[in-house]
Order: sequence, then C-alpha cells, then structure tokens
Amino acid sequence: MADLSVNICGIDFKNPIIPASGVFGYGREYEEFYSLSELGGIATKGTTAKKRTGNLAPRIAETPAGMLNSVGLQNGGIDNFIAQELPNLLQKNTVILANIAGSTPEECAEVASKLDNTDVHMIELNISCPNVKQGGAAFGTSCAMAEQVTSVVRKATSKPLVVKLSPNVTSITEIAKAVESAGADAVSLINTLLGMRIDVNTRRPVLRNNVGGLSGSAIFPIAVRMVWQVANAVQIPIIGMGGVTSGENAIELMMAGASAVQVGMAVFTDPYAPIKIINQMQEFLDNKNISSVREIIGTVQPW
Amino acid sequence: MKYLQGKYPVINKQALAHDVYSILILCPEVAKLAQAGQFVHILPTGFGLRRPISIAGIDKKNGVLRIVFVIKGNGTKAIADLKQGDFIDMIAPLGHGFTLMPEAEHVVLVGGGIGVPPMLPLAEYYGEKATAISGFRSFQQVILQEDLENYGAKTICCTEDGSAGAVKGFVTTPLEQLLTESVDAVFACGALPMLKAVAELCKRNKIYCEVSMEERMACGVGACLGCACEIKNADGEINFLHVCKNGPVFNAEEVCW
Ligand SMILES: Cc1cc2nc3c(=O)[nH]c(=O)nc-3n(C[C@H](O)[C@H](O)[C@H](O)COP(=O)(O)OP(=O)(O)OC[C@H]3O[C@@H](n4cnc5c(N)ncnc54)[C@H](O)[C@@H]3O)c2cc1C
Ligand SMILES: Cc1cc2nc3c(=O)[nH]c(=O)nc-3n(C[C@H](O)[C@H](O)[C@H](O)COP(=O)(O)O)c2cc1C
Ligand code: FES
Repeated sequence: MADLSVNICGIDFKNPIIPASGVFGYGREYEEFYSLSELGGIATKGTTAKKRTGNLAPRIAETPAGMLNSVGLQNGGIDNFIAQELPNLLQKNTVILANIAGSTPEECAEVASKLDNTDVHMIELNISCPNVKQGGAAFGTSCAMAEQVTSVVRKATSKPLVVKLSPNVTSITEIAKAVESAGADAVSLINTLLGMRIDVNTRRPVLRNNVGGLSGSAIFPIAVRMVWQVANAVQIPIIGMGGVTSGENAIELMMAGASAVQVGMAVFTDPYAPIKIINQMQEFLDNKNISSVREIIGTVQPW
Repeated sequence: MKYLQGKYPVINKQALAHDVYSILILCPEVAKLAQAGQFVHILPTGFGLRRPISIAGIDKKNGVLRIVFVIKGNGTKAIADLKQGDFIDMIAPLGHGFTLMPEAEHVVLVGGGIGVPPMLPLAEYYGEKATAISGFRSFQQVILQEDLENYGAKTICCTEDGSAGAVKGFVTTPLEQLLTESVDAVFACGALPMLKAVAELCKRNKIYCEVSMEERMACGVGACLGCACEIKNADGEINFLHVCKNGPVFNAEEVCW
C-alpha cells in the first residue's frame, strides 16, 4: 500500500485530500456519510471579523460541466467560529485549515490574530474578496494589494499561512511571487473564475448577484496550468484545486506541482467524492508500484 | 442517521399528465426516515448538480417512496427517461417537513400545480380531517385528485380557465371561504405568488400556516449556503436561512415575502 501522507509547512496530512472552503461548511453535514478523520484535512467556510449575511438568492446556477455561485461570504463571524465550530472540528482527527477573508487588510489581520490563540492547524487567507479601501477590486488582482494584505496578516499570526490565489488575473505567477515575498508559507489555487449566465426568456441573469464564481470540471485544465506555472515560480508548497473529480485528476494536479489537493463542487455531485478520490489515488499508486504519493509531486516532464 | 446517499431501483413509472410523471422508488432505509414535506436530492445521470424533488408518498411498510414531477429542463427530462428497473441516485430524506398535529380537527392543504404532490403525505396523515384545495391552469394539468380522495380528504379543484373542477379561478377563492369556518392549520406548496396570497389570507384570519419554499440548490444538506431564504425570527431579526436544511417548510409568518 502506497503511503498517502504529505507534509505541508510542518503539518502532517494523512492523505492529500481536503474538501475546499465553502462546499463543506464546518463538516457537520458530511459526518452523516463518513468519518471526517478519513480526510486529509478540511478547509472551513470563509470567516470574516463580523457576521455576514451573504448575497440575495438565487445564488446557484448550473453551467456546462460546472456551476456558478454567488453565496458571498455568509458566515457567523470569527468569534462564533472559534466558539461554536472550531472546538468540534479539532476533535475530528484531521487537519483544519481556517479559511478567512475581509474587506480590508486590517479585518483579515484581526481574524488571523484571533485564530492565533486557538489550536487551528493552518490559516488559509482568501484574497479573492473586494478590498473596500481600493475601490472594491479584489486583493488578489494586484501584486501590491496581495503583498500588502499578506504581510499585514503575516504579522498577526504565527500559524502556517496559506494564501489562496484568485485566477482572475493576467499573471498568477506574479501574484504568487508577491505573496511569497510577503511571508506566505504556502499558496492554494485556484479560487473560482468570474462568470455569468442569463435566462434568455426573462433576460435576467440567473444569479441575483448577476455574476458569480465558476467552479467544477470546466475549470480543471486552468487549475492544472496555473498550478504548474506557480510551481515553476515559487519555492513554497502549493495546495491545488479547481474541478477535481477523480483520483487521476488529483494525481495530475500533484504532478503539476501541488503537495495537496482540495475538492470543491465534486462534493455536491457525490458527497463521497473526497473518499472515493483518496481510494482512487491509492489504487493508482499501487498499480504503478509507487511507494509514496510524495514521489509524484511536481514530476510532470514538460516538452 | 438523518439522511443517506444511495442508488435505488425505480419500481414503477407512470405518466399523470403531459410531461408529469410519478415514480415509485424502492428505498426501505430512506422510507423509514422520511417525513411529509421532506425532499429527495436526485442526481440525473451525467449532471453535476442534483435536483430537489418533494416526497409525494411514503410507504414505510413496503419501503417505497413516491415522487411526482414535471419536466422543466434537461435534468427532470433525464429523470423522466428512467425506466422500471433503472437506478436513481439520491440523497434523502432531506429537509425539515410539515408539522403533524395529532389534535387538529380540520386542516386545509393548498397545492398549486406541481405543488400538489407534497400534499399527499399530509392527506394520508390527516385523512378526513383534511380539505385539499388544488389549483391548475387548465384541465390538462389536473393531477392527483383521486389520490387525495382515496386518503379521505375532501377535494376542491380549481382551474384558472374553468375547464375542470368546481371552481373557476385561483385557490384563494375557496380558501377565503373555508377560513371563515374553524381551521386549525393551512399547509401550502406552489408558486411564490400563490404562497404569498395564501400566507396573507391566513395571517388576516389568524390561522397557522406552513409553506414549502423553493430555491436553487447545490449540496442539499445545509453546507454550501446556496439556497438562501430570508426568514425573520421571533425578535424580528432577519437572517438568511437555508431551504434545504431549515426548510423547505417554513412557518409562513417567518418568511420575508
Ligand atoms: C424543495 C424543493 C422541492 C421540489 N419539489 C418538486 C416536485 O415535487 N416536483 C417537481 O416537478 N419539481 C419540484 N421542484 C422543482 C425542481 O427541483 C426543478 O423543477 C428542477 O430542479 C429543474 O431541473 P431541470 O434540470 O429540469 O431544469 P433546468 O431549468 O434546466 O435546471 C437548471 C438548474 O436550475 C435548478 N432549478 C431550476 N428550477 C428550479 C426550481 N424551481 N427549484 C429549484 N431549483 C431549480 C436545477 O436544479 C438546476 O440546477 C422542487 C424544488 C425544491 C427546491
Ligand atoms: C458554493 C461555494 C462556496 C465557496 N466559498 C468559498 C469561500 O468561502 N472561501 C474560499 O476561499 N473559496 C470558496 N469557494 C471556492 C472553492 O473553495 C474552490 O476554490 C473552487 O470552488 C474551485 O474548486 P472546485 O472546482 O473543485 O469547486 C467556494 C466555492 C463554492 C462552489
Ligand atoms: S443547497 Fe447547500 S445549503 Fe442548501
């Protein structure tokens, strides 16, 4: 049996598979199906300083091989997360990545500093949210803003800091280098791509927010490309995601350079997707007599 | 265990009207847990997102659930194409259903169009204590009146064009009349304008009302926060709750119409 364990920033994962932020809540709903301890880790729903209500419905639209969402950052705020969700999660014998966000660098830092006093394993900073201090453009869309928010959050916590990159940029490698230089311990990518659907009968956008984030198989090739490019640009580890639905997809992202893999929309299609992906990876490695999944990281042989 | 995912055989499929199908699914573990007003989250083969469909019949003894649905787009078309013996992938039973009130003496079930099917398990529970008002556009859409009567419910069928049933017009006309009598509760499912009108009538007559809401869903279990619905609590505070977990059935007074 191949060894599936990986280590990222000094944290041991029993396997590389992590349900992605926003699709798994805080794990409670999926415990009905399987033990959370089977997972490599869990990335929790994005948490902000204060409670947020999120966007108006409809928030979901189906698209070819994917979906759009405009949930927004609906969450109960960091104090609620620390009091109501984190203690339960920390008993599940899996790595907890607390995904955080904010409208200003200071808000992100406030959330991170509160987590610094907890036993959470890692902080995943989502920089795809609008920066209200800079006219609402997402932090993750300019090197300067990405660098600034990362360095402010870096000062607020000594936890391993994973910065989650937005793909809605001209050069993801430049952003990755900027957050690396600002003190990120790792990067995760990709977040959703901005998309839109219109109901041609009503001439109304399907989403009440007009636009939303595209995820699912449709974005997988983009994720592979971006992980590969970033792997060639930075020294820090990469957590890859975007459209992963099978063990082979996960292996492919790891060959592109990811040390672990998050699974998003696939959980909606099949709640057992993360477990099946773990088993399929095991099978793939065993069939090829590869003794550890770590051996495949970044081993793509480009032409 | 509250809900589970599995592939279950279709044991019967029937066309009830143009593009409207009734399917019986053999799923004893699910049937055992199911309650009136809950739904199943079906994955049509080849799709990425599941389709929520209300439970229209619960036969715990034989382990069978019934669903009734209309073909709306490609997903429901794929479900309608299933044949007897095919397997249906679903997560079920999901959501918070209708309140069953053992002491109630008279309840009114209001179904509009494809909102009629979820009234069936209520008709079974309340039997002769139920009056079921159903509304349809025209005679071609009329479904399930006999099924409601077989459970003992009194039926009042309305069509907008008067081509079938005792009432020409909307469900609110007979409902308004009934509410002047003694009614313990009203349970409703249908299009939003209908639900809103029913909720207003009940509020005016101070009668308890529950409505089954619809929203676009992804996870179906309460994790993704996709199916938001504005609900106000007892203190008047408004929150986005979730149709798949906190609903689909809500107290009509709490819905922000
Ligand atoms: C709790 C609940 C119970 C329901 N019960 C029934 C029932 O018993 N019988 C029945 O015929 N229909 C029911 N519906 C509506 C049914 O879910 C939709 O008609 C169906 O999802 C349409 O899928 P489609 O692929 O055919 O249509 P498309 O329009 O192609 O679907 C595209 C996307 O939009 C979603 N969608 C479209 N319309 C709706 C809708 N009204 N509600 C939620 N999602 C929608 C689909 O799920 C899919 O993700 C219910 C909906 C909810 C929320
Ligand atoms: C419904 C939904 C909610 C999401 N919420 C968040 C979030 O709160 N924070 C975040 O960083 N990413 C969020 N994401 C993005 C995912 O974590 C992931 O980056 C993206 O969906 C790509 O992966 P996938 O194609 O496997 O879904 C969300 C995605 C979906 C579908
Ligand atoms: S569909 Fe995910 S929370 Fe309701």
